[in-house]
Amino acid sequence: MHISDGVAPIPVAVAGALAALPGIAAGLKVLKEERIPAAALVSSVLFLSTLLVRLPLGPSSVHPLLGGLAGLLLGWSAMPAFLISLFLQALLFQFGGITTLGINTFVMGMPAVGVYLLFNGRIRRERDTRKAFCLGAAAGIAAYLASFVLWAGALLLCGRQLAAIVAIAFLPNLVLAAAEGIFTGFIVSFLARVYPAIFGAPAFEAEGEGL
Amino acid sequence: MSCTTFFDGDTFIHRLDPRPRIIVTLAFAAVTAFSSNSGVLCAALAAGLALAVLARIPAAALRRRLLRLNIFTVVLFVTVPPTFPGRTAFALFSIPFSVEGLLWSLSTAMKANAIVLVFAALMGTIDLFTLGHAFHHLKVPVKLTHLFLFTLRYLDVLHHEYVTLLRAMKARSFRPSMRLHTYRSYAWLTGMLLVRSLERSERILEAMKCRGFSGEFHVLKHFRFSAADAAFSAVSFAVLALFLAAELAGAAAVW
Repeated sequence: MHISDGVAPIPVAVAGALAALPGIAAGLKVLKEERIPAAALVSSVLFLSTLLVRLPLGPSSVHPLLGGLAGLLLGWSAMPAFLISLFLQALLFQFGGITTLGINTFVMGMPAVGVYLLFNGRIRRERDTRKAFCLGAAAGIAAYLASFVLWAGALLLCGRQLAAIVAIAFLPNLVLAAAEGIFTGFIVSFLARVYPAIFGAPAFEAEGEGL
Repeated sequence: MSCTTFFDGDTFIHRLDPRPRIIVTLAFAAVTAFSSNSGVLCAALAAGLALAVLARIPAAALRRRLLRLNIFTVVLFVTVPPTFPGRTAFALFSIPFSVEGLLWSLSTAMKANAIVLVFAALMGTIDLFTLGHAFHHLKVPVKLTHLFLFTLRYLDVLHHEYVTLLRAMKARSFRPSMRLHTYRSYAWLTGMLLVRSLERSERILEAMKCRGFSGEFHVLKHFRFSAADAAFSAVSFAVLALFLAAELAGAAAVW
């Protein structure tokens, strides 16, 4: 769900970058120097996981986006984390692009931040693994669908002629959102059981709340 | 497989200062994305190809990247022309493809390919850690640079751990199929990596503190802006100015 170089006209690319900028600045502001290694390692894992894990789906397989998980684990720092991972993806694998880096960061990062604000508090207190699964799944699906909506909106801003792509992508993405939800749910319930303190880590912002 | 590969080599492009290369890449991307004149786009594509050849990027790697990109442009060619208003060029299964739509798809594909070629030739030839240092010297926010360098530093380490865990799963006859069990196994693998990475980050922080880390990151690489860099920047910006002038003046178009 990335927008490639060349598709976005300059005004849209600039608008996307301007929209992403405050979030990135906020993410960097709350990230304390001491927490940078933790944030970097979490974002490395997310980057690898989206790249390497192939969830079997019917005759084919899909790769997770993990926007919801990124939000739950990184909070506002998900914005700079996505900026970096999208830059690396553009540089190493030609997914997305440099002129569209701002738009793509906004599309992926804002839903992550939204999920953090909505779900992190509840997951932090949740000890029941089944409920943790449901919360995680809801977070994963919400972030995925929100990213899809932003992506579709950005494409339509790039040109009305791209509406056909959005229309074709709509149904498959609902299925992908479900796969993403199940996957995120399992990760969250695993973490709630094994290492619940991890959800205190978006206290990449809070005082002294250790891992 | 390493996740942090770049195009190694020893051409004059590799020897240039990374900072002007980054700036020229960004300027080129902006000018190309802005252009709509077909003559300018052809020139941009030619410039991209020339740089890729000059940087001696391995043909196989380049082909793989361009192929990945052009899967997307094929989607454009199939989906855009039928809905783009304009004269009908031809009809396929009685779906009309408009001339304007085809041209729009073509110029979008050319822009994307030109930018990718320049991106690979100028920035893909910088070792990623050097790139981090160059960002630092270009006054990218310090925390963002640190985050970038740390993310890179541990990508390979964590990739190695991922491979180890996956091998352990395969040794226990794990085979992916479309079942909840597969999803759960992959989820636990990712979860386990997260747990391990956070524990590792604690150790890293302690090691850094032991060595007197005080929030400041000392950059070891410094770059020198030489005569060759000045010449490269001057030529690049002259060419880009030419593109821009041709675009604004509405120069002779190929179509």
